[in-house]
Amino acid sequence: MNFQTTIGLEVHVELKTNSKIFSPSPVEFGDEPNANTNVIDWGYPGVLPTTNKGVVESGIKAALALHAEIEKHNHFDRKNYFYPDNPKAYQITQADKPIAHDGWIEIEVDGKKKKIGIAEMHIEEDAGKNTHNPNGYSFVDLNRQGTPLIEIVSKPDIASPDEAYAYLEALRQRIQFTGVSDVKMEEGSMRVDVNISIRPYGSDKYGTKTELKNLNSFNYVRKGLAYEEKRQQQVLLSGGTIQQETRRFDETTGQTILMRVKEGSDDYRYFPEPDLPALSISDDWIQDIQESMPEMPGKRRERYVSELGLKDYDAMVLTQTKEMSDFFDATVKNGADAKMAANYLMGDVNAYLNDQQVDLQDTQLTPEHLAAMIKMISDGTISTKIAKKVFKAITKGEEPVAWVKSKGLVQLSDPAQLQPIIKKIVDDNQQSVDDFKNGKDRAVGYLVGQVMKQTRGQANPKVVNELLMKELNNR
Amino acid sequence: MNYFDTDLTTLHDKLVNKELTAEQLTRETLAKIKADNEAINAYITIDEEGALKAAKAIDEKGIDADNLWAGIPVAVKDNIVTKGLRTTAASKMLENFNPIYDATVIEKLRANDVIVIGKTNLDEFAMGGSTENSYFKTTHNPWNVNKVPGGSSGGSAATVSAGGVLAALGTDTGGSIRQPASFTGVVGVKPTYGRVSRWGIIAFGSSLDQVGPFTRSVKDNAALLNLIAGHDEHDMTSSDKAVPDFTAGLDGSVKGMRVALPKEYLGEGVDENVKKAVLDAANTFKELGATVDEVSLPHSKYGIAAYYIISSSEASSNLQRFDGIRYGFRAQDVKNLEDVYVRSRSEGFGDEVKRRIMLGTYSLSAGYYDAYFRKAAEVRTLMINDFKKVFEDHDFIIGPTAPTPAFGIGEESSDPKKMYMNDVLTVPVNMAGLPGMSLPAGFSNGLPVGLQIIAKPFDEQTLYKAGYAFEQATDFHKQTPEIGGDK
Repeated sequence: MNFQTTIGLEVHVELKTNSKIFSPSPVEFGDEPNANTNVIDWGYPGVLPTTNKGVVESGIKAALALHAEIEKHNHFDRKNYFYPDNPKAYQITQADKPIAHDGWIEIEVDGKKKKIGIAEMHIEEDAGKNTHNPNGYSFVDLNRQGTPLIEIVSKPDIASPDEAYAYLEALRQRIQFTGVSDVKMEEGSMRVDVNISIRPYGSDKYGTKTELKNLNSFNYVRKGLAYEEKRQQQVLLSGGTIQQETRRFDETTGQTILMRVKEGSDDYRYFPEPDLPALSISDDWIQDIQESMPEMPGKRRERYVSELGLKDYDAMVLTQTKEMSDFFDATVKNGADAKMAANYLMGDVNAYLNDQQVDLQDTQLTPEHLAAMIKMISDGTISTKIAKKVFKAITKGEEPVAWVKSKGLVQLSDPAQLQPIIKKIVDDNQQSVDDFKNGKDRAVGYLVGQVMKQTRGQANPKVVNELLMKELNNR
Repeated sequence: MNYFDTDLTTLHDKLVNKELTAEQLTRETLAKIKADNEAINAYITIDEEGALKAAKAIDEKGIDADNLWAGIPVAVKDNIVTKGLRTTAASKMLENFNPIYDATVIEKLRANDVIVIGKTNLDEFAMGGSTENSYFKTTHNPWNVNKVPGGSSGGSAATVSAGGVLAALGTDTGGSIRQPASFTGVVGVKPTYGRVSRWGIIAFGSSLDQVGPFTRSVKDNAALLNLIAGHDEHDMTSSDKAVPDFTAGLDGSVKGMRVALPKEYLGEGVDENVKKAVLDAANTFKELGATVDEVSLPHSKYGIAAYYIISSSEASSNLQRFDGIRYGFRAQDVKNLEDVYVRSRSEGFGDEVKRRIMLGTYSLSAGYYDAYFRKAAEVRTLMINDFKKVFEDHDFIIGPTAPTPAFGIGEESSDPKKMYMNDVLTVPVNMAGLPGMSLPAGFSNGLPVGLQIIAKPFDEQTLYKAGYAFEQATDFHKQTPEIGGDK
């Protein structure tokens, strides 16, 4: 029997705002527990939430990036449950009328493009964190309580673990480009809940879903889903049935392990949040946000190919993150040759970032400096060899033109300066001249090397070659 | 001393002219309320130290001649949080709770040199209509100590009625200011939903709760609303509509005004003496040059059912934060987390609170939500439309505040349904978010009877104008209970 797979992804994305969604406390991580909290975050008697307008704006941005329809009249709901990290014992979320619905993003798997639908996107608050120590004490840290989140729920369009991976990549990329979030799984600013079911081909009834937990990277999502897909097939083929259950992905074995079987559904007693007026979003507001939206990765990729003449693969690599893409655009804008800029970013810059384990925006590199360096290569001021040294300097924040001058690294291209040096070297190496006359081209390389040595690498190799050939032919 | 023969302007003049200091006034007020507290139990906490400290500071600074309220002691219902002053909501759950911030209304009082004299008793978490549901004490009606003062703001009503303070703050979710005002013969106003900030009010029914003033006179009441009304950035449900001077336009005239008398408000279950008081009031308004029409609010009969579903649903969610984890009561010798929750809440909440939490939890549950909560919300819309229709061609509505005068202590506490029916005439006002007033309009067997006046949203001015005209034309407000001492 053949099966088809249906995968659902619920992605939580932490929005990068200065203050929390319903309180003025700062959104900061790594501080002392409960340092960034106030009476609102504690669910203190008598307090009321106040909606951070910036969060709504970020939500609209994200929704637009996902081609979703904005619900112009939406509201918050309360989701009721008891837990120590949930101080009000309800989470303010959107259940009934989320801010956006019916969006899509495009993915590409094995060169084939496919649209994945987004059922809905809503805004909500994050909970705090509980920790337990071995002495039996538990601690509650509410710093994270009230951090703004958006939750993006996919339609049942994802049909394979590879598509799930591609969807997450595309989603991360698009959200990242809007600038509303860092979308980093390793830092918890992007979290993924996954469910998967299979059914016989052609069946119009979905199979029973299982949920997967502990998927801490896109790669684990793909691996966990692939394992689970196979496991469900084996269960069904051996005459078994799939239970509605939650399973944990084990990173070391690559298997999924049963955590708990779901019996019935939790009753969160959702109802409209009476402390907050309904959110009304005007067309003008949407328009303003639309106009301020940065160019999305797909558009940029097209532009790089059609206008700047980059290869499609290079264009794709450069548009992986907004920082890289913005850096590239700015470098080109500062006068650098586009292909050279692309090669430097994908080559030396990427190698540097990998080596230093830092993000582009956290380095001292600037598009102005990189462009200045590339221009010096283009106009022959420096050689590509010298450029290696210059690159090192610009990673330390040096202005390349001034630095090259101060180090005396300007390339020697003036024939009047080079000619006497070359003449003297040819005079001193009669053996090489003889070898050249006997057809041994190797000799030329040796003589060039001598010139470079004499000029401490500053001679323009192209000019040296020309002058040297002329000199040899004249002998 | 007592506050029977005086009013805000008189006291203010005395303070400005230095015939009286804020400290003297505070000391005398403290003596009076302490003496009365044995008989009527209006206060959970009397803040002698804090009040005297504030009074001295105000005297030192000098009374601001432009601020009517400077140096005047006021009582505050104990579900309004006060920084550093125990705030219990009359619950064991918050028996030792000392808030670290002031409610916006308290900030406004303090900024205007008002002295917070103490925290008044209420039904636990403002749930009830008799102040018998307090964990700490039962408050008695100054007119007859065997009767309840009404509720849930029974302590605030009783202390104003007994002449203990000039004014007090209460909260009104389904009648909790107006009904006790009616039972104790004082003026109580529930402002329009959104008129006064709810920041710092321990929430009961968030879409219904409002803070409002108790006073002996309509004018003083308007003056206190002037002080506490207005938009608050901490409360997104507070309105940014301009706040007019509510004491302006009190000229005793209702000439040409169109008064509506809903027939449903004089129906079954309404005491004959109460009916008579309302019909007399209608005649008074006619004599003053207004017209009175009988109108209908057809959906008001569903009001009680819808109100108890909505308010209890909101309460069931609002009260979840009292979980024994961060503050308030925590049960001892617990086994695990669930035990902390179950036992802290079982031991910390009283019966009526638990009843409402159960009712609300049930109404919001999957499978019941549509039949209860959603239906109640739909009824609410119909009730709003009823009022809108009446207000198309009327300026204000009159009716009884409560179906009966004050009932006996212990008389209804064992029958929650009977108790809930007391709110039948007040809850529609909360459901529609309208402003409502209760003011003295007669007596029944020696107990006060209140007249309710209802106006359009944010039209408290009409409420005060009509109330003032009625007050000037009658002398019910001049009567005082014996317990208040000699006149």
